[in-house]
Amino acid sequence: MTYSYFPGCTLKNKAKELDECARLSSECLGFTLQELPQWQCCGGVYPLGKDEIATKLSSVRALVAARDAKQDLVTVCSACHNVIKQVNNDMQSDKDIALKVNNYLQLDQPYSGETRVYHYLEILRDKVGFDTLAKLVREPFTGKKIGAYYGCLLLRPSKVMRMDNSENPRIIEDFIRAIGGEPVVYAMRNECCGGYVTLEDPQSAKIRSGKVLFCAKDQGAELLVTACPLCQYNLQKNDDYGIPIYYFTQLLARALGLRELKGVPDGR
Amino acid sequence: MQRIGVFVCHCGTNISATVDVHKVAEILGRESSVVYSTDYQYMCSEAGQNIIQNAIRDRHLTGAVICSCSPRMHETTFRKTAARAGLNSFMVEIANIREQCSWIHKDKEDATQKAIAIGRAAIAKVLLNTPLVPGESPVTKRALVIGGGIAGIQAALDIAEAGFEVDIVESKPTIGGKMTQIDKTFPTLDCAACILTPKMVDCAQNEKIHIYSYSEVVKVKGFVGDFEVTIKKKARYVDENKCTGCGACIEKCPMKKVPDEFNLGLSNRHAIYIPFAQAIPKVATIDAMQCRMLTSGKCGICSKVCTAGAIDYKQKDQFIEQGYGAIVVATGFNPISLDKFDEFAYSQSKDVVSSLEFERLTNAAGPTNGVLLRPSDGKHPHTIVFVQCVGSRDTTCRGKEYCSKICCMYTAKHALLTREKYPDTEVYVFYIDVRTPGKGFDEFYRRAVEQYGVHYIKGMVGKVVPRSDGKLEVQASDLIMGEQLHIDADLVVLAAAMESDKSARPLATMLTASMDTNDFFTEAHPKLRPVESPTAGIFLAGACQGPKDIPETVAQAGAAASKVIGLLVKNTLKGNPCVAQSDELMCNGCSSCEKVCPYGAITYVDKEFKMPNRTIAIRRVAQVNPAVCQGCGACTVACPSGAMDLKGFSNKEILAEVDAICR
Amino acid sequence: MDDNRIEEREEIERISGVDVRKCMRCGKCTATCPCYDEMEYHPHQFVCMVEKDEIEPLLKSKSLYKCLSCFACVERCPRQVEPGKLVEAVRLMVIRQQGRNHLNPDMIVKKLDDRMPQQALVSALRKYSK
Repeated sequence: MTYSYFPGCTLKNKAKELDECARLSSECLGFTLQELPQWQCCGGVYPLGKDEIATKLSSVRALVAARDAKQDLVTVCSACHNVIKQVNNDMQSDKDIALKVNNYLQLDQPYSGETRVYHYLEILRDKVGFDTLAKLVREPFTGKKIGAYYGCLLLRPSKVMRMDNSENPRIIEDFIRAIGGEPVVYAMRNECCGGYVTLEDPQSAKIRSGKVLFCAKDQGAELLVTACPLCQYNLQKNDDYGIPIYYFTQLLARALGLRELKGVPDGR
Repeated sequence: MQRIGVFVCHCGTNISATVDVHKVAEILGRESSVVYSTDYQYMCSEAGQNIIQNAIRDRHLTGAVICSCSPRMHETTFRKTAARAGLNSFMVEIANIREQCSWIHKDKEDATQKAIAIGRAAIAKVLLNTPLVPGESPVTKRALVIGGGIAGIQAALDIAEAGFEVDIVESKPTIGGKMTQIDKTFPTLDCAACILTPKMVDCAQNEKIHIYSYSEVVKVKGFVGDFEVTIKKKARYVDENKCTGCGACIEKCPMKKVPDEFNLGLSNRHAIYIPFAQAIPKVATIDAMQCRMLTSGKCGICSKVCTAGAIDYKQKDQFIEQGYGAIVVATGFNPISLDKFDEFAYSQSKDVVSSLEFERLTNAAGPTNGVLLRPSDGKHPHTIVFVQCVGSRDTTCRGKEYCSKICCMYTAKHALLTREKYPDTEVYVFYIDVRTPGKGFDEFYRRAVEQYGVHYIKGMVGKVVPRSDGKLEVQASDLIMGEQLHIDADLVVLAAAMESDKSARPLATMLTASMDTNDFFTEAHPKLRPVESPTAGIFLAGACQGPKDIPETVAQAGAAASKVIGLLVKNTLKGNPCVAQSDELMCNGCSSCEKVCPYGAITYVDKEFKMPNRTIAIRRVAQVNPAVCQGCGACTVACPSGAMDLKGFSNKEILAEVDAICR
Repeated sequence: MDDNRIEEREEIERISGVDVRKCMRCGKCTATCPCYDEMEYHPHQFVCMVEKDEIEPLLKSKSLYKCLSCFACVERCPRQVEPGKLVEAVRLMVIRQQGRNHLNPDMIVKKLDDRMPQQALVSALRKYSK
C-alpha cells in the first residue's frame, strides 16, 4: 500500500529523526510513504479567519496532488496534520472557501475535499493494526514506563480531527503497549506545551511545559513520546527532571529493530 | 339537498392576525350548499359551541365545517358539539387554518387565500361524508406498569386502590429504582429508604398488584383497552416461591469480586446476590456471567447450602402472555456515562466520583457504611469540590442540551450534609446557575451557604489533575472575583446529566409511543396533557417523560393512575369508525392489503356470490376487522382494484378536496 | 463613534464566524485556559466584550499574543461558542492594518537558538504577522 506523504519543513531539518524513522518503519510494516514531488510548507498553524484563503493554498495543493495520484495523504508531524486536515474539512464543508480556492487555483478538476488525510498513528491503528505491529516488534520496551504526550494539535478540534476521544485518548497508549512498553496516563498529556509562544515569550512556554513534565514525572513516566517537533523542543528545553523525550517513530524504529535509539536528539 | 354550515374561528389573534376571518366566512358563505357562515373569536368556548349548536338546529344543517386549529386539538370537541345538537359526529369537518395556515405564513393576503382554499376543500369533503357510527371494543380490566421505581410503584398502588389488577414489570431483580440508592431527599432530608420501603412492601402485600421482577416487556400487540403483551421473565436460577431470602447461599458463594451495580462498582458482591437488604422480592438472583456453575459446570455450593432447595441451575427464561387495558410507562433515568468528560480525570482517579456515587458513599448501607471516605485510600476528605452541569446544558455532541433539573438541589443537599457532619471539611460548589424552583428549595440552598458555610462560586472547573500525593489539583474560574483558582481537593464530585433508561427507545417502538430526540417519551400536550402519550392507552409517569424530582414523579404517577382508572372503569370503548372496508364485488382476492396491514386487521374469507346463470361462485375476498383496524389507509393504497376504501376518508372524498383546492 | 464600534464587532463576527450570543456565561473557557496568568483579558471576557461592542481595549491588549491557540476553550465550551477563534479575529484586525505586524523576520534572529524547529518560526510568523 502506497500513500502520498507530506513531510513538512521541519521533518527535513531539525526533526529529521521523526521522518527517517517513519520511512524505515513503514517499509517494515508493509506500506510505502511516497513523498509528494512538490510541496510547500503548510504554515504550521491553521488560519482561523473565515476569509483566509491564500494561507490555505499550500495545503490544498498537497491534497490535490494526492488526489491526482489516486492516493490517500499521510502526515507524520502533528502540526501539518492539523493544518491539512482542517483545510480539507473547509474544502468539504465551507462553500465560500471552496469556491474561492478553486477559482484561484484553476485546476483541471476542482477540488472538494475528496482526499482522505491520515496521521501515521492512524495508519498504525486502523490499517496495520496494533496487534500486527506487536507481532513484528523485535526489541520491545519491556518494563519501560512511557508517557504519551498528545499536545493540542493531534486531538483538537475533535469535530474535525476525529482522531480519538479528545479528553481520554488512547491511540498513543495503545501504540506504547504494542511496542511492549507500559503506558503511563497522566492528566496533562493533552494540555498545551506552549507551542509557538516559545519564540517570543519563552517564559510562558517554560511554565506550560513545566506543568506537563511535572505531571508526567509525578505519575511515574520514565520517558515521554510525542508526535510534534515543537512539543519535543519545548519539553526538552524546559525539562528540569531529566525525562528523555522521543518521537513516536524513533521508538517504533527501535522496537522493530531497525535503528538504535540515539540519545535524545542533539546529544543531550 | 345538503345544508352546510361554516364556522370560522379567530382563535383570539392566533388566526385572525394573519388571516382575514371575516373575508373567509363571507367567501365560503357563497359556496353552493352553504346556507350559513359565520366567524367568532373562540369557537371552542361554550359561547362558540352554542353558536354551532343553534345553527345546526335552527338552520337544519346536514353538515358543518369548522375552520380552526388542528383536528388534533379540537376535532373531538366539535364532534361532541354536533352530537349534542343532533347531527351525526362524522358530518363535521375541520379545516386547519391555524397550524397549516396562519401560524406558518406571514402575508395576510396569501394566508387568507389559502384559508379559503382549505375551507373549500373541507366543504367539498363534508358534502360527500356519510353518517358513521363508532363500533365498540372491549376493555381488559388490568393495567401494566413498566418500571418498578417510585413512579411505577405509586401508579400501581393508586390503580390497585381503585380495585383493578396491576402488573409491575421491573428489569432489575428488585423494585425500588433509583430511590433505593439515595440516602436523604431534599429539601426535607427525609431518609429515602424510610419513605420508599413501606410503599414497596405495600406493593408486595397488595392482592391486586403482581410484581414481575428481573423481567422485561418483549412484545406488545393490540390497542387501547385490548393490549396483548409478552413478558420475558429472565432466569434467575432461583425458585422465587421457595427462596426465603435467608442469604446462606451468598455467604458461601466463592465468586466474591463482582462489581456491585447497586454501589456503582465502589464495592463488590457475590455471583449470587440480593441487591440490598430491603429488596422486594427478597429473593436471590444468580448472575449467569459470573457464576462458576453456570459458566463451567463446577461449584454448586449454593445449591448445597440452601435449606429451601430453591436453587435451580436448569431454570430457563419464561415467556408470559397477558392482556391489559392500559399501560403506564415508568422506565426512569440514569446518569450519563462520563467517558467524554475526562478533563475532570474521572477515569484517572478513584477520588473523582459522580453524584450518585457520592450518594452511595454517604449512605449508611453503602460501601463505607455511611462514613465519607476517599475511595482511593479510605482517608477522610478535607476539601471537596462539586462540579455542576457535567453534560447538561451542553449543545455539543458530548452532552445533553437540556437542564437535568435535580442536580442543583441534590448538590446543595450533598454540600449541606457534608458540612453538617464534617465541619472541618471545606466544600466548594462551582455553578453556572443555581436552580431552585420548588417549595422550600431556595431556602434550603441559602441555608447551605449561610448557615453551613458552603462556598458557592460562579464559574466552572476547567481541569482536574491528580497528583501522586493523592491530591486533586482543580483549576477553575471565579467569574465574579475575576480569578482562575487552583484548589487542592481530596474529592471531586461531578453532577452528571440525567438521561432516559436504555430500555426506553426499544420500548417506544414496541408501543408505537412518541419519543423526542432526547429519548424522553412525548406527552400528548406539553401543558394540558402531561401524563398521556399521543398513543391511546399509553400513559407516562416519572423521569421517562423528562427530568424531574421525587415529588413531581409521585404527582405524575398519581395522575397517570387516575387516567388509567378512568379508562378501566369503562366496559367498552367507542372505537374509531373511520376504518377500512372492502367492496367484495370488486375484490379479486390478491392479498396485497393483508400483506401491508401493520395491525393484522385484514383476513380473507371464502364467500358465495350469486352468478347470472343461477349458479353460485365461491370467491376469496378481504374482510377487515373494524375493532383492530386503525384507519391508517395503507391497504387502500395497496389495493389494485380500488375495492378497499376508508370510511370517512374515501378516495372520492380526498379527490374532491384536491379538486376544490385546484379551483 | 458608536457606529464604528458596531462595525468593528461585525467585522470580528465575520472573520471568526462566532455567534457571541450563544455564550451562557459559564466560565468554562477561562477555567480551562492554560495561560490565564499571562493574559490581561481572558476568553470569557473576549466573548462578553465583543458582544457589548467593547473592542478597543481588546485591540490594545497584549493578551492577543499570549493566546496559545491550543483550542482547549473551543473544545470544552458547552455551547460551541469557540472563544479561541474570537481571539484570533481580534488579533487579525490589528495585524492586518498597515505596519502593525507584531513580529518581523528581523526581530526573530535574536530569539533563535540552534535547536528551535522551523515550525516555531513559521507558526509564530503566521500568527503574529501578515
